[in-house]
Amino acid sequence: MSVLSEGARLDAAAAAVGRSEPSIATVGDYLDLMKPRVMSLVVFTALVGMMIAPGHVHPVIGFTALICIAVGAGAAGALNMWYDADIDAVMTRTSRRPIPRRRIAPGEAFGFGITLACFSAAVMGLLVNWLAAALLAFTIFFYVVVYTIWLKRSTPQNIVIGGAAGALPPVIGWAASTGTIGFESVLLFLIIFVWTPPHFWALALTRVEDYARACVPMLPVVAGREETKRQILLYSAVLALAGTSPWLLGYRSAIYGVTAIVAGALMVLLAARLLREQEGLGAQRAALRLFGFSILYLFVLFAVLLIDAVASRFA
Amino acid sequence: MDQEPDKIVLSEEQKRTRRARSVAIALALGVLVILFYAVTLIKGPGVLNRPL
Repeated sequence: MSVLSEGARLDAAAAAVGRSEPSIATVGDYLDLMKPRVMSLVVFTALVGMMIAPGHVHPVIGFTALICIAVGAGAAGALNMWYDADIDAVMTRTSRRPIPRRRIAPGEAFGFGITLACFSAAVMGLLVNWLAAALLAFTIFFYVVVYTIWLKRSTPQNIVIGGAAGALPPVIGWAASTGTIGFESVLLFLIIFVWTPPHFWALALTRVEDYARACVPMLPVVAGREETKRQILLYSAVLALAGTSPWLLGYRSAIYGVTAIVAGALMVLLAARLLREQEGLGAQRAALRLFGFSILYLFVLFAVLLIDAVASRFA
Repeated sequence: MDQEPDKIVLSEEQKRTRRARSVAIALALGVLVILFYAVTLIKGPGVLNRPL
């Protein structure tokens, strides 16, 4: 007769076969693992890249490409959460993610991420084209290996270089549509690439203690708040210029040009206000305002690009 | 020697979430089948002739 309690007996049995308790993870937990908010921005920018590309892509092929990009982004998110589970557990912003909450075991997240990554790239190659598949596979690799595993814990330039992964979806969308990499898609890549540092540093300014506790060398932790604000202003100025480039180089209409100039000016204005603000509640508010506006900036710019592209097709 | 090995008995919650996950996997596979079918129809005989 066993002297172990039921729970202890199950634990012992699980340990004996080298596995943990049977999962109670819901479908929602797995969806959370895919970073749905990041995924929606990725799909949107990829859609714009696909729509501004010359020529015509069959709607089913286009839809398939967007599904593959969404799943690939989800795979990258899951693998990021698998590797960063230790950091996520000690940061307030991320402590409610599925792995720190013990809803999903790290090994399950890893298997889920790898499976989705392989499937998304393979399906993209088989059903759309192999250039788009290679770009998607490279994006996942860059986000997981170059950014998450290598740069994030080793340099304050982590999100500057790592931002390339988030900037690639419009190029993938363009490649899915045309089978090539067009110059205009590279301009969209540059816009998102330059947009990433002020966006993330504005958020990091409000989470400095969190990042310091997790030993993540974000710029505000390593170089201080003042230097971060100067860098934000610098990148915002470059972003304002990069944002207008599709119009300056003659690819887009004056409507897009005016939108990019106004939105870019607002971005620089908010970054300048942030630089002026001293420490305290005012600086926190200014950083959050810039962070919120940066999301709106990218959405508006790409929405106008989309409208401009659709309008020019029917003109 | 003939003792039955210890078995893990799933709780109701574990059974419910496992069923939900199984349904989600089935739906994902169904979508994949439909995608392959639709794209094969669209591409026709040229389905194996893909430009890089």
